[in-house]
Parts: sequence; C-alpha cells; structure tokens
Amino acid sequence: MYTDKVIDHFREPHNRGKMEDYSAIGKVGNIVCGDVMWLYIKVEQDESGRDIIVDISWETFGCTAAIATSSMVSDLAKGKTVEEAIAVTNQDVASELGGLPPVKMHCSALAADALNEAIHNYFIQEGREIPAALQERHAHIAKEMAQLEERYAAFTRKSGEKPRGCE
Amino acid sequence: MLIPYQFGRISAGDGMNNKIYLDNSATTPLASEVLEAMTPFFQSSYGNASSLHSTGRDAHKAMEQSRSLIAEHLGVTPHEIVFTSGATEADNLALLGTALRTNGGGHMITSRIEHDAVRHTARWLATRGFDVTLLDVDEAGRVSAQDVRKALRPDTLLVSVMAGNNEIGTLQPIQEIGEICRERDVLFHTDAVQAYGKVGLPMDVIDMLAVSAHKLHGPKGVGFLYVRKGVKLAPLLHGGGHEGGRRSGTENIPGIVGLGEATRLAFAEKEQVSARMRQFRDQLITGVLKLPGTRLNGHPTDSLPHIANFSFEAIEGESLIMKLDEHDIAASTGSACSSPNLEPSHVLVALGVPLSMAHGSLRISTGRQTTSHEIEKLLQVLPVVVQELRDISPFKVGG
Ligand SMILES: Cc1ncc(COP(=O)(O)O)c(C=O)c1O
Ligand code: FES
Repeated sequence: MYTDKVIDHFREPHNRGKMEDYSAIGKVGNIVCGDVMWLYIKVEQDESGRDIIVDISWETFGCTAAIATSSMVSDLAKGKTVEEAIAVTNQDVASELGGLPPVKMHCSALAADALNEAIHNYFIQEGREIPAALQERHAHIAKEMAQLEERYAAFTRKSGEKPRGCE
Repeated sequence: MLIPYQFGRISAGDGMNNKIYLDNSATTPLASEVLEAMTPFFQSSYGNASSLHSTGRDAHKAMEQSRSLIAEHLGVTPHEIVFTSGATEADNLALLGTALRTNGGGHMITSRIEHDAVRHTARWLATRGFDVTLLDVDEAGRVSAQDVRKALRPDTLLVSVMAGNNEIGTLQPIQEIGEICRERDVLFHTDAVQAYGKVGLPMDVIDMLAVSAHKLHGPKGVGFLYVRKGVKLAPLLHGGGHEGGRRSGTENIPGIVGLGEATRLAFAEKEQVSARMRQFRDQLITGVLKLPGTRLNGHPTDSLPHIANFSFEAIEGESLIMKLDEHDIAASTGSACSSPNLEPSHVLVALGVPLSMAHGSLRISTGRQTTSHEIEKLLQVLPVVVQELRDISPFKVGG
C-alpha cells in the first residue's frame, strides 16, 4: 500500500529529532487520536533580509505515513524562505512521496499543518503581521483539531485519559 | 521473495523464506500434511458430493470422513457439524439463523470483545428490531458469568460469548456461561476459532460453536458450525438443500478434507504444541515487560497459549509493525492508524487500555511452526526498533 519512497523515508527519515536552539515550534495532533507531530524551525535572515528556514527538525508519534511525511515536509521546507514554506501543501508532501493511500492523506495534512503552525508561532513571537493565508489556515487547523477531539471524546471519557500533544 | 500471482501465468513464489511469521491469529501457513490430504480432491477425486457416480461418491465419502473425524474429536455426532465457508459464515448462521426463526424481535446477549463476525452481526440485528445486550469485560478482558445471568430476560434467544479472544488471548468462562444458559433454557453459541484444537471445550453446555480451518494450518474459506441436535436454525443460503438443508451450495470438498486433516493434526499435537506455545508466551511476557513503558494486555495466565498482546508507551503500532517487517518479522497491531476506519481496537478499548497505549499495541501470535530461535530473534529486535521509534517521538517514556 505504501510507495517505495514512503518506505525509504520511513526507514531513514531526514531531519529527525528534537532541536534545542529553535526559533519556533509547531505542535499538531493529539495522542488520543493517534498522531502527534512537533516541528521545530530555525529561522535566520539572509543578506537581503529575507527569513530563511535554515534548519528544521521534528518529532512524530504516528504511523509509517506520518513519519515519512514528517521527513518529506522537512526536506521541502529546509532552506526555503518562510513565504515559500507557507505555500507547501499536504498535496505537495503526498505527491513528492509518490502518493499516499487515501486513508493516510490526513497524515500528510498533519505534516503540512505542523509547518504552518511553526511559522505562525514564529510570526507571533516576532510580533509580525500575520499574512491572511497563514491566519486562515491556522484557524482551519484549530477547527479540525476540535472536531477530532470530539470524535474521540467517547473513548477519552471511558478511559479518563487526557489529550496530550497540542498545547 | 514472493512473486505476486499472475493469472494465466504460472509463477512461483518459492514459498520458503526467512520470514519470522508471528501473526498466526490472523492466519496460519498450510501444514504439508493438509496440502497432501487436499491435493487429490482437486484433480482426481474432483466429484460433486451430490452426484450418483463413483467420482461423486468418492468426494462424498471424503467429506463424511472429515465430518466424522471432527465430530469424534469434539465428542459430538457427525450430523451436528455443518460445513461453511469459514467462521464468519458460521457466526452469522448462529446469530442470524436464530433470529430468523422468530417472528422478529427478541433479545440477544454478547460481549464487547467479540470478533467482528459476531459483533457486527449483533449490531445489525439491533437495527432490525432485536435487543442486544453487550457485556462489559474486566481489565483482563473477561466476561463475568454472573453478568450473563443478570442480563438474561424471558425473551432472550441466544447468548454468544467467544471461547478465547483473538486479539489478547483471554479465555472466557464458557463452562459457567453455558451452564447458566442451560439452566435457563437459552441457546449458547461460542466462537471457538482461536480456541479449537488448543484448549478443551465444554461441549456438553455448548449449543453452537464456530470454527475456521485457516487458523489451524488448514485452508482459507472453510470452517464449520457445530449445531447441537434439536437446535433449529433458519438457513442463510437456500438452494440444493446441502448440509441437511442448513447450508446449501456445492460442498468445498478439498477445503473440507483440509479442515479434517488440520483437525486431526491439531488434536494429535495439542498437548505438545500448546505446551511449547505457552512457554513462548511466558518467555515473551518476561522479555517484553522488562522494557520500560510496556504493558501486557489481557490475562497473564488465563489465556490461549498462542497469543500475547503488549502496549508500548510513546510509539504507534502501525510504525512498529513496519519496523519489525524491515527485520522480516510479521506481527500485528490494534492501533487506530492501522485500521481502515482509524479507530482503535474495540477489544483494547473495552479493557480500558488508555488510548495512547492502545495506539502502541502489538499482537504476537505463534503457530505450530514457531521456533524458540524465532522468539529469541524477536526479543532481540524488539527493544531496538522500539527505541528507534521512541527516539523520534515527542513523548517520553514515563512522561
Ligand atoms: C475469533 C474469530 N472469529 C471469526 C473469525 C473469522 O473467520 P473466517 O476468516 O474463517 O471468516 C476470526 C478470524 O478472522 C476470528 O479470529
Ligand atoms: S498517524 Fe494515524 S494514520 Fe497516520
């Protein structure tokens, strides 16, 4: 069901692990629903004053597709300007991996969302004006998270477990 | 390396490989004895068991021999064995066959940890005017016989509780449940797919019992429902009146012969193989629970010998299965990410396993071919791959 490219990234994920000196972090997902991704970015200005993602890394709790898409999104964003990185979609992530099974498309959304959230947090931290597209997607992600939590609420109530992941 | 079968072309997967197959609750490799028993019934004794000529009679004889052999091992009479296309059909026949005998309506009792073949059938009946009580289980996955007693109603038609669970291995008190049903004159059906040929079954208190050949080193697509004499079921398949009118359709003779041989083999080796499996299970439990952030799902001892289910904190099961697959080890998980509807295993949820731990579940199930070397290899590989996944997880063990 997975392409060779997915398997390759899963076996040898790029840019994996925690980053200590990050500029911003994007946390998406929820352990109760089963997928969590934390994405760290380090941003520096180049000579012309553009914000460049000079380093990126991630920590992921999730399936093969979640790990492969984490790896791929980090490849796609690394070295890009923040504006270019905002434009990365989950379709980009999935197609770079040669496609994902339909039931796994949400894992690629998780990766693209984590990138979006990291950049959103970076803009807030820097006190920058947030571009409309970024803000819109941020709102959308928050809404989806709420829906997911609702979907799993019955399970959570039963076990008395607290959602962890997205703070 | 196995090559996918190409229709119209003979292609040879060599069948033999170095894979360590620890997913025997999903299905088992066919035993060579079974293959050998089945082979003549494809091309030489290929008759239709209903035919008058000798080719047909040979097929019929083989089928009845298989039926008698199975009946003998269970201590029942041959006529009480109804061959089906597997346990899904057998479970459906038990539940739907009972329901269809009524004028609509009535009550059934089953548990929260049944296989989907029972669970979804009961759920469907609940949408068709039947009342269904789902019994809770304790944290080891056991139904309480007293809960069955409490749930019985004057209009209860059937109680269906599995003998041993396919995900966690926990054995159910079917003797006690059966006795209560007998006392109250209610039908008792048990899905014995995982228990058959591995543990004893109290046939004197069981009215119906479902079995599948492919969990027992037999072929896929064949099984049976034991139906106690006097129990009336409406057939699901109407046609030529095969199986005493209880299940029409030309009989799958090679399959039925394979099921018979698989039964013979399983019962002949039962003590020896079960003892070995139990030893492997104990070894796995000791080995896995030594690792930090792990738990055993199910009962430590009151269990089928071949199934052990664990959870690993901070990692997700589907990726764990893929990591093990890299090392040529096949196992399975009840994680949400691995299921088509992205829901965690209903069995683990019923046990009250926290969802985060249900996501990191691993089921290891052994077969008659499993060796101690394979168990050792798994116990070597497992800590390594678990650590690899924990290294990239945002969650820390114990955190
Ligand atoms: C407990 C249990 N019941 C029923 C079934 C269904 O059996 P079959 O594959 O023969 O339809 C299985 C296996 O998938 C099982 O493990
Ligand atoms: S992380 Fe759950 S399906 Fe991918």
